Amino acid sequence: MGHLLFNVIALFTLIAAVGVVVNKNAVNASLCLLLSLVGVAGLFVGLEAYLLAFLLLLVYAGAIVALFLFIVMLLDTKGDARPTLNRLPAAARVLAVGLVGAGFVSFLTRGRLPEPDLTKVPALGADLKLYAYQLFTTYLLPVQILGFLLLIAMIGVIVLSKKFEGLEDIK
Amino acid sequence: MIPATLNGYLAIAVALFAIGLVGVLVRRNTLVVFMCLELMLVASTLALVAFSRFNGTMDGNVFVFFILTVAAAEVAVGLAIIVALFRKRQTIQIDQLNTLKH
Repeated sequence: MGHLLFNVIALFTLIAAVGVVVNKNAVNASLCLLLSLVGVAGLFVGLEAYLLAFLLLLVYAGAIVALFLFIVMLLDTKGDARPTLNRLPAAARVLAVGLVGAGFVSFLTRGRLPEPDLTKVPALGADLKLYAYQLFTTYLLPVQILGFLLLIAMIGVIVLSKKFEGLEDIK
Repeated sequence: MIPATLNGYLAIAVALFAIGLVGVLVRRNTLVVFMCLELMLVASTLALVAFSRFNGTMDGNVFVFFILTVAAAEVAVGLAIIVALFRKRQTIQIDQLNTLKH
């Protein structure tokens, strides 16, 4: 991917992410989250992981953000008070600024990973067959466990959202 | 201008993660805190995919699969908890949900 396109998409992603944090309205925040996820999917395309970009749009942008929007509308909360850092003690602020500064300095001075020539590195993420092969051979047990996890999550959600008669006195 | 190299992608991932973390710390609405949590998860997947691409390996890409699934399950359970909490307390502001703090 061209450097210009990468920069445009990265900037778009970060601005949308900032939008999630600063938006007072939860509906606007979730729509900013949607935009940010679209940007990340664009970055995935730049990394030639086309399937993952598609899945990110499908699962995150399609299902998760829709679920968020649904819940935001359902609960109909009042606007958030302005995001504030006032409750932080001064020592915590100094520490935070110092840590972020140290991180930036170390990133700029010595944060250099080896840069391989991308034309020589195979883009394995573009090959659908490899995903299937890996998922059903090397990672077969994690896939099974994930299936079980989803089942447990489903049961948990049902239990959480069901109203049990006669249990109201148990606090 | 950030070059589209491994360092560039990691810088974007770190920035995205940091923005999400700031959101988790400063927002008072539980739903928005949750959204920022999702942002942090996505930032970590971006780093994984970048490492995978630049090292010519497949493991990071497969790991993103698992992270996506766990995130989906997490969102379902988390939102159910928030809805149950709202039913009981009529609020989802973190300031007022501090029973465990005291």
